[in-house]
Amino acid sequence: MGANSLHVLKGINFSVAEGELLSIMGSSGSGKSTLLNILGMLDEADEGSYVLDGVPIKNLSEKQAAKYRNKFLGFIFQSFNLIGYKSALDNVALPLYYQGLSRGERIDRAMSYLEKVGLANWAGHLPNELSGGQKQRVAIARALASDPKVLLADEPTGALDTKTSYEVMDLIQEINDEGRTILVVTHEHDIAQMTKRIVNLKDGLIIEDTVVSQVRAMENV
Amino acid sequence: MFDLDRWDEIFETIRKNKLRTFLTGLSVASGIFILVVLLGIGEGMRNGISREFEEDASNLIYVWPGVTSKEYKGLNPGRRIQMKNEDYNQILLLYGDKLDKTAATFQNWGMVLNYGKESGSYDVRGTFPAYQVLESISLTAGRFLDLNDLNNSEKNMVIGHRIKLDLFKDEDPIGKIVQVSGVNFKVVGVYTDKGGEREETRAVIPMTTAQRAFGGSNNVDRLYLTLDPEEDFDKAVAASTQFSAELDEFLKSRHTVAPDDNSAIHINNSLENAKRFYTLMDMIKYFFWGVGICTIIAGVVGVSNIMLIIVKERTREIGVRKALGAQPLSIIGMILHESIFVTAIAGFLGLIFSLTLLEFIGPMIETQYIYNPTVNFTVAINTVVILVIAGAIAGFFPAWRAARIKPIIALRDE
Repeated sequence: MGANSLHVLKGINFSVAEGELLSIMGSSGSGKSTLLNILGMLDEADEGSYVLDGVPIKNLSEKQAAKYRNKFLGFIFQSFNLIGYKSALDNVALPLYYQGLSRGERIDRAMSYLEKVGLANWAGHLPNELSGGQKQRVAIARALASDPKVLLADEPTGALDTKTSYEVMDLIQEINDEGRTILVVTHEHDIAQMTKRIVNLKDGLIIEDTVVSQVRAMENV
Repeated sequence: MFDLDRWDEIFETIRKNKLRTFLTGLSVASGIFILVVLLGIGEGMRNGISREFEEDASNLIYVWPGVTSKEYKGLNPGRRIQMKNEDYNQILLLYGDKLDKTAATFQNWGMVLNYGKESGSYDVRGTFPAYQVLESISLTAGRFLDLNDLNNSEKNMVIGHRIKLDLFKDEDPIGKIVQVSGVNFKVVGVYTDKGGEREETRAVIPMTTAQRAFGGSNNVDRLYLTLDPEEDFDKAVAASTQFSAELDEFLKSRHTVAPDDNSAIHINNSLENAKRFYTLMDMIKYFFWGVGICTIIAGVVGVSNIMLIIVKERTREIGVRKALGAQPLSIIGMILHESIFVTAIAGFLGLIFSLTLLEFIGPMIETQYIYNPTVNFTVAINTVVILVIAGAIAGFFPAWRAARIKPIIALRDE
């Protein structure tokens, strides 16, 4: 926005294979959010290339970006970002609305994803009637609803206590076990240890990229 | 527009924001209300004016002489002009083919009428049979003067309803004898005039009788003329304006009056007056439209303002929607749709309320200048069209702004 441009990312080169569960770590200002925004097509890199499932993501119109986001990506946010006046079920069904599915089909699919996260009984509740962990699980169901290639989770446990965090991570691990690619941005080591690979960022550069032996979240609950 | 889910979304947001929506709607509803009521009053004023003109034959040309104000051809100003039978006859000779109905009067003010013990002071007019049509008077009893009365200088008299009440009370006046300055007249008819009571304090007698009995020699005081009817109003106005001018010129030259002396001969042209009034009414109508439209604009600005606040409030939600794959067009549609919906519903309520008011209160209004205020169907349809357009305008800028919200900024955690 200002006249002075600031280079946040200074040359990042990495690829993620299908089915990976990867965490991006780094202190604040390391560029991890910017990286996630670029991966999420919410922002565009000045230089370089980004290929998602064989499709180059470059110079997208707003319309196209919206289409790709809907088709390829599922977002999970630290503050859940559920729509307050919509029930859990309607929140999960929203991405399907933008895919142009019929109402019946949307409800069916959304319900099956709510069942998957164990909240089928809470389908009619508004977000403010749910606990933090439940909200995040609804958000995860919503991210899964459009059956995306990649889930992008920005500090998914940042607003949750340890026990709930682990429950959410357990769900994420389960989803990953089914073969879905997931990127988690976090600054908590214990959360990072629950993924399969850790990319460590500092001042816009990758300083470490290691495969770790995954700690199952359930063991710590 | 027919997307059920879109409607769902709109009803949901409206349900969540009842007060806000209500206040928004109120500004639009009152705008429409004011517009429609103003237009109704405008129409009522038009009706009222039309009714005023019903009093006399609507294309009446009325001539009365005055006093000269300018020196002309050696004659001094201050000379009273007196028309004669010859004037009337010459006019009939010259313009007879154009004229429909004509009458002249010889008037005597403040004549004392006696019947038995009762007496009163009234105007007594000598005139022709056509006077009845030209003054738009209707008889409640008996008959009006006829050609026989005129030709034989009969001492017959038609009296106004007021005179009948004053002199005869409940008695039937027809055939009774009334004395005017010692001359006996037989009452043959009683008339009423929509113009009011003052017009009913007159007695009408044959022209020939009046001139002979009251020393009028061949004097004529007033001329009443109507032209043959024309196809439409504008033509009629043009014809009567032209005739008035010719008549003015003719009378001035006969009486040696300066052509630019306007106090010597007065010609009142009802059609010209009517046209002037109708033009004025049209101006008032346009003014009312202007005021009404401005009120609606104020309402629209209000809606627009509130929609902007809504967009601001829903920034994060719109960001989330975009992250989930909402296209800019669908965001614009959502905001625009809500805005048009709120404006249209509120506007309709305003419309219905104002129409009901005009329907029920309208007929109760009984003043001289407003009569039966109504709004016709076309006007109602026009306001509906204006509403939808207004809603679209009100929603457009907020929608545009909403579409440009960047999800990355909207989703940033505070």
